[in-house]
Amino acid sequence: MSAYASVPGVVETREAFGERTLVVDPARLVEACTVLRDEHGFNFLADIAAADYLGWGEQGVAGYIGTAAGRDLHVPGSQGLARVPDPKPKRFSISYHLLRVDDEPARVRVQVWLDDGEPIASVLPVWPAADWFEREAWDMMGIHFEGHANLVRILMPEDWEGHPLRKDYPLGGEPVRFSDED
Amino acid sequence: MSVLPSTRIYEGTRIPHPVPTILEVDPEKHRLDDILRVNFGPNHPSTHGVLRLVVDLDGETVAGIRAVIGYLHTGFEKNMEHKSWWKSVTYAPRIDYVSFHANELLYVLAIEKLLDIDVPRRAVWARMALAELNRIHSHLVWLGTSALELGAISLFWYCFDDRDQILDLFEMAGGARMHTRYVQVDFTSEARKFCDSMPKSVDEYEAILDRNAIWLERTKGVGLLSADDALALAQSGPMLRSTGVDWDLRKTMPYLAYDEVEFDVPVYGNGDVYDRYKVHMDEMRESVRIVRQCLDRLDEMDGEPWIADDRKVVLPPRHELHTSMESLIHHFKIVTEGFTVPEGEVYVAIESPRGENGCYLVSDGGARPWRVKFRAPSFAALQATATIVQGLLIADLIAAGGSLDPVMGDADR
Repeated sequence: MSAYASVPGVVETREAFGERTLVVDPARLVEACTVLRDEHGFNFLADIAAADYLGWGEQGVAGYIGTAAGRDLHVPGSQGLARVPDPKPKRFSISYHLLRVDDEPARVRVQVWLDDGEPIASVLPVWPAADWFEREAWDMMGIHFEGHANLVRILMPEDWEGHPLRKDYPLGGEPVRFSDED
Repeated sequence: MSVLPSTRIYEGTRIPHPVPTILEVDPEKHRLDDILRVNFGPNHPSTHGVLRLVVDLDGETVAGIRAVIGYLHTGFEKNMEHKSWWKSVTYAPRIDYVSFHANELLYVLAIEKLLDIDVPRRAVWARMALAELNRIHSHLVWLGTSALELGAISLFWYCFDDRDQILDLFEMAGGARMHTRYVQVDFTSEARKFCDSMPKSVDEYEAILDRNAIWLERTKGVGLLSADDALALAQSGPMLRSTGVDWDLRKTMPYLAYDEVEFDVPVYGNGDVYDRYKVHMDEMRESVRIVRQCLDRLDEMDGEPWIADDRKVVLPPRHELHTSMESLIHHFKIVTEGFTVPEGEVYVAIESPRGENGCYLVSDGGARPWRVKFRAPSFAALQATATIVQGLLIADLIAAGGSLDPVMGDADR
């Protein structure tokens, strides 16, 4: 824990499954990332992964009792796990997976929490590799990265509406072409 | 990690500014009136899959470039969130259909990390053997198509002949040519035959290309990338090792049992297409070495279990279903409801044929993944397009683009 004491803006440090997570104040993300790169040698941004926690832990009952909407497989099942998951601070998490390509290899996850519509500073000046990773997070999750010079859709068509990996975006949400409404 | 001392590919950085993935036409070097904008792809025989390159040409020189992806976006990650854990496994190999086993392995490793399950050593070594066969498979596809793009058609057929033998081995292992569930008795003896023939094939392919003046002319000094730029752009795998950086997750952060096998990591220091080709060739030889060691160990482990002994996760043996009530219940529950995975988040990375292949998994403790995110090496590799093509002729663009080894299913997911 003390190993990352010099990183600014850390609000929480977690260790789980052998992985270190630094939860960082969104306002000081770039500052923290710069220190991690320059002082801790994290020269490789492996990935940026956004996750949407809308509806986290809010599902109904489990088991073999049918509900009006059908049986929900996503709640703690009847196999023994009946624990409601820990609440999350905000709707979205963004995890920056850093890697130290060096003689002492290490990984660390930097995480920030955001509400819907809350912008976050781009880490493009720290790692150029952030370019497409941030565009993907914008396209799929609607995370707005401030200071990114080219924040446009990358996987979906340019005129697409909505952000497909959000939890409130339905599966099969694609409008059907040549249906009656056209 | 060490960087080869002789490595000086170019001074400074070539990553475009302000957007690292877009090379804008420099008005001081080119007359803007002369620029012709051409679309390469998404449907073009010389691009690897449905990749679109928007190229600004000044005569035959590439003055500007922008890679556009997404034409093969399939929504795998969204679909996986809606399947139970064990059903979602089938999606993983379809993401990168050339290194299918690496993707499947990665996803399963991530789930196993959340489950904290003990995998029998026999399964570990079998997975390793298959992972290395898959690496050879992927490199053969790369070699064949890259040579094809530069006009060497016959090599393509040779490579796909060997590739077919690997798919036969996968068929023996799992019953399907692109899936692995268990290994049959025949597998090891057939795999040994393959290990005997494969190094000879690699030698032959190298002889065909290394003594071919056209191949040398078109690959040496083309598509330059320096070590610093490669790291800044998160390049991994053969891309990184061709710039002189000695980095391979199998060595530096070992998983499975890679710390128990002997192999070398090939590193070259010129950062061009030719060196990427050399890395691929040497890696195939090293993979054969690893497969041999795996087969030896698998023979020693004859009779040991293949599959973990955890009835909450693993299907019970078929014969027990007729005699044991509990087995029948477990079977029923795993098939209908699926097993549950403890709450938490993990990021697992392996060295796929294309480099760092990562999987970020979030579970809420239920029977389905909450979030699946793949760190696709092809996606990262394509970010380097604008850096490596600077000043190239349009014909060399094909060689440079191919050397990134992108699989569009992997990039677009």
